Amino acid sequence: MRPPLDDQRTTVYKVDPEHPESPSLPTLRTEEMMLNMGPQHPSTHGVLKVVLALEGERIVKATPVLGFLHRGVEKLAEDGTYHQFIPHTDRLDYICAMYNNFAYCRAVEKLLDLTVPPRAEYLRTIVAEVQRIIGHQFWLGTQALDIGAMTVFFYTFRDREILLDFFDELCGARLTTSWYRIGGVERDFTPDLIDKLRRFIDYFPPKLDEYITFLETNRIWLSRTKGVAVISAEDAVNFGLSGPTLRGSGVDYDLRKFEPYAAYDQCEWSVPVGKNGDTYDRYWVRVEEMRESLKMVRQLLEKLPDGPIMADVPSVTLPPKSRVFNDLASMIQQFKLFSEGFKAPTGEIYCGTEAAKGELGFYIVSTGEGKPYRLKIRAPSFIHMGAFDYMARGYMIADIVTIFGTYDIVMGECDR
Amino acid sequence: MHPTAERIQQVFPEAFQRAEEWRGDLTLHVAPGHLHEVCRFLHDDPDLDFDYIVHVSSVDWPDHPERFEVVYEFYSIRRRARIRVKTRVPEEDCVVDSMTDIWKGADFMEREVFDMMGIRFRNHPNLVRILMPDDYPEGYPLRKDFPLRGKGWRDTFPFLGEKS
Repeated sequence: MRPPLDDQRTTVYKVDPEHPESPSLPTLRTEEMMLNMGPQHPSTHGVLKVVLALEGERIVKATPVLGFLHRGVEKLAEDGTYHQFIPHTDRLDYICAMYNNFAYCRAVEKLLDLTVPPRAEYLRTIVAEVQRIIGHQFWLGTQALDIGAMTVFFYTFRDREILLDFFDELCGARLTTSWYRIGGVERDFTPDLIDKLRRFIDYFPPKLDEYITFLETNRIWLSRTKGVAVISAEDAVNFGLSGPTLRGSGVDYDLRKFEPYAAYDQCEWSVPVGKNGDTYDRYWVRVEEMRESLKMVRQLLEKLPDGPIMADVPSVTLPPKSRVFNDLASMIQQFKLFSEGFKAPTGEIYCGTEAAKGELGFYIVSTGEGKPYRLKIRAPSFIHMGAFDYMARGYMIADIVTIFGTYDIVMGECDR
Repeated sequence: MHPTAERIQQVFPEAFQRAEEWRGDLTLHVAPGHLHEVCRFLHDDPDLDFDYIVHVSSVDWPDHPERFEVVYEFYSIRRRARIRVKTRVPEEDCVVDSMTDIWKGADFMEREVFDMMGIRFRNHPNLVRILMPDDYPEGYPLRKDFPLRGKGWRDTFPFLGEKS
């Protein structure tokens, strides 16, 4: 547990009453030391820099220095059509590109008041949950690696590869997927893909138990995660934390349950909630979320309805590729949608989606043009960094790596 | 009118400007001088209980006399309700009160708004740039009069603009 900073300071200066003859410590010179951590440090998950003020090995203050990966995505959004922004969302949280596409498309659909056909909703939910499993696998592997348990990394990455191959077959890309479209999805599942996914559902649970066996029997993992980066439920809410980072503190805030979207209300699942608000509880929440995701995918595959995968609103949605190359009207529709875009109604919406890292939201202001007037991204990683100083104070310098990792931070999303 | 908006109108008649609902989102327009007390009330009142800060944002309307719009979005985890609070400030005096004493998460979000749009927050503990470099000389990139490709500062970097 984190010893209170002030007590620690007073014990340093106190003379031991049993040995009053021992040299009193105040004669020693003490001063705060500044240490730059990153932006090139391998455990900072990209280009995060933190300036640490240290007293010995204890962190007195941790100031995150952000912006090394700032690309002005919000400005770029104002210059392109609504469709053109979808590939930009891939590059936000590049570990979980599908979920970013999903969050953005949902926001635009809310702006347009567009209803997505049921089959598309099911496909979207299935792929989003597969993406969540990938995100959590990635987190588990890298977090364990950062802390010093190297084996798990290889195992999670082996299994992640199966799902990335699945994405590759689905949309032609492993990471920057752009599979979601406004009003539906780009391509349907083939029977072969459904088969692959079914096989994975049977394959994965024993592997997940294997990861857990590696970690729960590892004393280093336990002692480096339990009681590290603790935040109370009240503080976590006050800081605006979301996702597993918030649920590890015992708040069951999950937009999939609170404001059910897509097909999340069509299947049975529960929200895993931690108790202590430390890194270990967040790890537990993420592992349980993987199990819940599997449960959801299994149920949704069973119930997958037939029908179109794209809403039929020619002024907004894209025609299927097969028609674009064979019929003139569809080609003109596609050309106009990509060159001019569609005119969204005047108004503004905020739409939050529960991504793997937390609540990924898009605030869109439209003035009735073909481009968004203003697009603001509520990136969970950025908001989690706001609590970094608070959560890091008082810990040892070796814990800083755990504290970075505990948020599942991705700088592409943090800096935008 | 939405019951939350009605409540605010009753308690703060001088602050309340108007409320609108669109696509299920409730938006409350508030006078800039009273923003902090309204938000404090939204957070503290047990019937409203907006304990979660979702985002802080800003919109630039160059042709409007009160050019900047500051947007706060709050959520109540217990009531599962959402509210958007907006206020407008003119360019010459674009200052609003900081919410960092109510929601600690507002710290970084307000810094980002300052960085991108140049709106200042009164009583903010550390109002400095967050995403752009500290010595960034070109102003505020998300303003509408800022060109998409920047104003040329980047081209002065020797390793980018060099012609060999």
